[in-house]
Amino acid sequence: MKVLLSLLGNFAGDLLEQDPNTLSEHLSDLGLSVEEMVILGAAFNGVVVAKVLDLRPHPDADRIQLVDVDDGSGTARQVCCGAFNMQVGDLVPLATDGAVVGGGLKIKHRKLRGEWSEGMLCSAEELELPIDNTEPEILILPGTAELGSNVSEALDLKHDVLFDLEVNPNRPDAMSVAGVARDLAARLGLSFSIPVPNVVEIGEVAEQVSITIDEPDFCRHFTVRTMRDVKVESSPVWLAKQLLALGMRPVNSIVDISNFVMLELGQPTHAFDLDYINNNTLAVRMAREGEQLVTLDGETRTLSAQDGLIVGSQDEPLSLAGVMGGASTEISESTTTALIEAAWWDPMTISRTSRRLGLRSEASARFERGVDPEIAEMALLRFAELATQVGTASLAPGTVIAKGSERPSLPVRVRVDRVNATLGTELAKEKMVELLEPMGFEVGDSGGAESSASDGGNGNTGAILSVSIPSWRLDCATEIDITEEVGRAYGYSRIAKVVPLFDQRGGLSPSQQLRRKAADMLVGMGLSEVMSLPFLAPQDLRDEDHSNAILLTNPLVSEESVMRQSLREGMTKIAAYNHARRIADARIFEIGHVFSAEFPQIFAGDIQKGNTGTSGGTSSNTAEKTNTSGKGSEGGSLPQESEHLGVLLCGAEVGDAVRVWLRLCRSLGLTGASVRNSEQPGLHPTRSGELLIDASHKEGSPVGVIGEIDPQVLEKHDISSPVAYFETNLNQVLATRKQQEALRYVSPTKFPSSDIDLAFVVPEEMAAGDLKAVLANAAGECLTGITLFDIYRGEQLREGVRSLAFRLRFEASDRTLTDEEVAEARLRCIEAAKEMGVSLREGSAESKLHYSNDIKKPRKRSCRL
Amino acid sequence: MSAEFKDEFPNEAQAKATSVDDLKAQLGEIVVAARAAVAEATSTDALAETKAELLGRSSHLAALRSAIGSFNTDDRPEAGRACNEATDEITTLMDARHNELAQVERTALLQTERADLTEIIGDLTVGHSHIITQTRRTLEDLFVGMGYTVADGPEIDTEWHNFTALNFPLGHPARDMYDTLYVNWGKAMSTMLRTHTSPVQVRTMTSQPPPIAVVAPGRCFRRDTADATHMPVFHQIEGLLIDRNINLGHLAGTIEAFTTAFFGEGFSSRLRPSYFPFTEPSAEFDIQRPDGSWLELGGCGMVHPNVLEACGIDPEEWTGFAFGFGIDRLAMIRYGVDDLRDLWLGDMRFLRQF
Repeated sequence: MKVLLSLLGNFAGDLLEQDPNTLSEHLSDLGLSVEEMVILGAAFNGVVVAKVLDLRPHPDADRIQLVDVDDGSGTARQVCCGAFNMQVGDLVPLATDGAVVGGGLKIKHRKLRGEWSEGMLCSAEELELPIDNTEPEILILPGTAELGSNVSEALDLKHDVLFDLEVNPNRPDAMSVAGVARDLAARLGLSFSIPVPNVVEIGEVAEQVSITIDEPDFCRHFTVRTMRDVKVESSPVWLAKQLLALGMRPVNSIVDISNFVMLELGQPTHAFDLDYINNNTLAVRMAREGEQLVTLDGETRTLSAQDGLIVGSQDEPLSLAGVMGGASTEISESTTTALIEAAWWDPMTISRTSRRLGLRSEASARFERGVDPEIAEMALLRFAELATQVGTASLAPGTVIAKGSERPSLPVRVRVDRVNATLGTELAKEKMVELLEPMGFEVGDSGGAESSASDGGNGNTGAILSVSIPSWRLDCATEIDITEEVGRAYGYSRIAKVVPLFDQRGGLSPSQQLRRKAADMLVGMGLSEVMSLPFLAPQDLRDEDHSNAILLTNPLVSEESVMRQSLREGMTKIAAYNHARRIADARIFEIGHVFSAEFPQIFAGDIQKGNTGTSGGTSSNTAEKTNTSGKGSEGGSLPQESEHLGVLLCGAEVGDAVRVWLRLCRSLGLTGASVRNSEQPGLHPTRSGELLIDASHKEGSPVGVIGEIDPQVLEKHDISSPVAYFETNLNQVLATRKQQEALRYVSPTKFPSSDIDLAFVVPEEMAAGDLKAVLANAAGECLTGITLFDIYRGEQLREGVRSLAFRLRFEASDRTLTDEEVAEARLRCIEAAKEMGVSLREGSAESKLHYSNDIKKPRKRSCRL
Repeated sequence: MSAEFKDEFPNEAQAKATSVDDLKAQLGEIVVAARAAVAEATSTDALAETKAELLGRSSHLAALRSAIGSFNTDDRPEAGRACNEATDEITTLMDARHNELAQVERTALLQTERADLTEIIGDLTVGHSHIITQTRRTLEDLFVGMGYTVADGPEIDTEWHNFTALNFPLGHPARDMYDTLYVNWGKAMSTMLRTHTSPVQVRTMTSQPPPIAVVAPGRCFRRDTADATHMPVFHQIEGLLIDRNINLGHLAGTIEAFTTAFFGEGFSSRLRPSYFPFTEPSAEFDIQRPDGSWLELGGCGMVHPNVLEACGIDPEEWTGFAFGFGIDRLAMIRYGVDDLRDLWLGDMRFLRQF
């Protein structure tokens, strides 16, 4: 909201003496945040009133003309001017040598295309006048101005200060100049009053207007006065200028006065053409569903049963109460008698109607917050005062006030101790009274201990204030509201800053630490973290995902109307984005929430239905308990939500993704992680599978999918190289890690280890992992490591098989293993393989036996590592 | 000693010396020959062979030494000394030559091992944590250091958690301050993408008794078209402290401590009265930079008694404060990013800078 210092001065004259910067600081400290402060009229120095004596074309330029002006010295000065709107005899503002106008333009005598210009004629904009004019026109001053005098006198616009304030929704009172002045005056200890309008009633008592309020809660009062001799014309310059400065466009004298009163006092008023109100009868009721009204702007509005209406004697809608007047009773140039109305409308109803119809105005904004229910008569009188002053109408005697429901405001019981305890202050009761009363609160003593009681402290113990709320503070109703007012008036900035001591040790939960570690490990593996938008387009979804998709009911665009059930689509888009920019090696991961009515089994895990994805220590507990506590049941159920980890490697094969997965699990200390081949929708049909953890279960539990992105999908995204991917339910992975036993140290054996290499010819259908598991099992308890170290496909082997070479390491904690023991283990492995139909590779892979203590490391530099 | 020596190597004792003088003469010749042989050796390997020939068990010198046993007892010491001197002389020659050759060989070997460190093959890709994550962790760590734990909650939440419990009754105009995105779950407008992290306050307070000290970083949503300064998805961090005798001064002190810890010495903070339905008194907090300029950072206030009551906490016994602010903007300020959308594109050229 904008206010001018000069207008504030009408309510608290001493404010005019204050330094604007100090006022600005106080306003912000009062919660009326100053978004902008403009010193008006600074551009007036050195700008004087001059008279146009002659106008001549510039001999050498079309766009400028030569103007001779008299600045009061009696001699003509020549100025070059780019505007053509003035005529000989007009008075215009002349910026003389040394003046600074137009936001920093310094005026000096100079030649323009060979002609001298002794100064510059100014437009409103160049004088920083708040006049809405985009044309490059010279400001024409009133003919009464004195030549040579400063232009500010001619404009009757002394230096003024414009404050643009951000007013919070809980401050209906501050939506007026008077309210802002009241707050400032209270803060500065200055006197404040709303001047009583000085207006003379003229003529007969107005004809009685009948007003019926059918909706007493919607309309708490409805006050009208009659104005005669109405002449609708343009407002005088001073009024138009002030309105423009305050951000409102002048329309005509009646509308402008109504707006001005609203800005001053916060009470919107509405003027009806009384001749069009049949039988002088008005009523307030709710609209009927589908009822129609043509509003002031000519639009036909279809109403709902939740909209408030002012209707005429035939029950015909006349005005959309508090939001916009109707066309049928609009004031026009032919209006002679006007009924001006000031009412109080229910904020919620006004808010609903103005939102639904997209009709938000300065008036509706005030009704929505709650207008002072006791300012109406004052506002109508001020209207009349201004109308009389401007000569646009005269006030007829007689006021009609219809009342709706009363809402008596009872005094609030405020405990002085409690206020201090909340604010961290030690204010005496008397000090609180001093803070509250200038803002209009009336404070009585409602008992408790006398402040003089010898309690050794500030004399407040037990003291209770009885605080009456002024009518304009509809936001205040409870002790905490008053507490805030005391704090605000005292100044938050004066409250001592103390870091609280409390009995809790901070820390991250084990899950949170593990989550961080997982991300760090992925970063360590060269992956970069991405965040993709969680919204998808319907066409991004695979057919089977549509039924469980969570949809936005009010999306801005359909491309962002579905909540992701997986990270894959978003990450694939990122891959495509980079690919299109010739970055084909993106290795990325994302940790983010995904949403579904029901996740597929592979991602379901044991996450609590209804509240998921919140493994962060306290919160998963939070979610569970909330749902069972009864209190949380008010919240209702929720879709499933989990936290997923996605890993995507561009230009990589599925094996790369498998390695990332296994290394990640290993780094988290998660034992038993593996993969299993299986076809997964959306992934390459023969190069995909499942992620498994916790193989202590026989099968291992699936916790996600892995594979290369389906080539068809890649094609759609114009990605030409393979993309490896896996996605897992991170909550489940971390939870499994937590369930597993804590890591315990095992001291390395002091005895040498033995390695054997075994190469097998294995059918392509058989998973290497299966064979490895069988070997590991057969090798016995002394096996401490088994690695697939070579894979061979080629000429030496027949179609449909490949050679897999494993290296097994054996160790015992208490002895050196004998050759016989190792040889037996080797035979067990070969036998177990044979049972699977797998034989040792002939010829080449004569299984070797060597001892770790035999290994020599010759100094060999020939190969690059 | 000689008896054993002879027994062990009986065949070597062929060379004879007839007298001490003869012995010395022969030793002289051996040394001269040795000098030449050592000089001729051009590698440490060759030198080792030469050494075996000159000093080994089957060397002339060894034979002479073994012959000493046949000398007069009186002559033996002198003969022995002569042998030792010859041996020492040859050994010294050998060692000197060995050092020379070893040095040459080492130099030659090192030359063959030369590596050009500036031959850097392949790219130097490393992984990068997202700047939101980096900033979020910094904030988490900072509050953990002040005694807070970290909480989170679902991103899709109920109208009750997001609004009602936070003292925004149904139809409250302040709900309009948030452009809420709703989802097709339950009754119309009953389930939404949370508009702030404050529902986590509610979830925390309804699940654990006070005292409570948590921060809740997380993702929030609003119905907004993406541009340089707006995104429909953004990150906030929320703080909540509930204890006995907590007051507005404690809130101001906490904000101040956070300010200096995060931004550094020379930065300070202030509270300005504001309005949020779930706190009262409410405030905005601003950060003052060392140059005196202000940065509006977030909102805060004393938890509203209605909120405590909605969460089953007695507002007469417990009071507390809450604060919240955007993580994205802090990250942008920290690194000089000027377009919010860059955070979401996944452009590797962006990600690799942090």
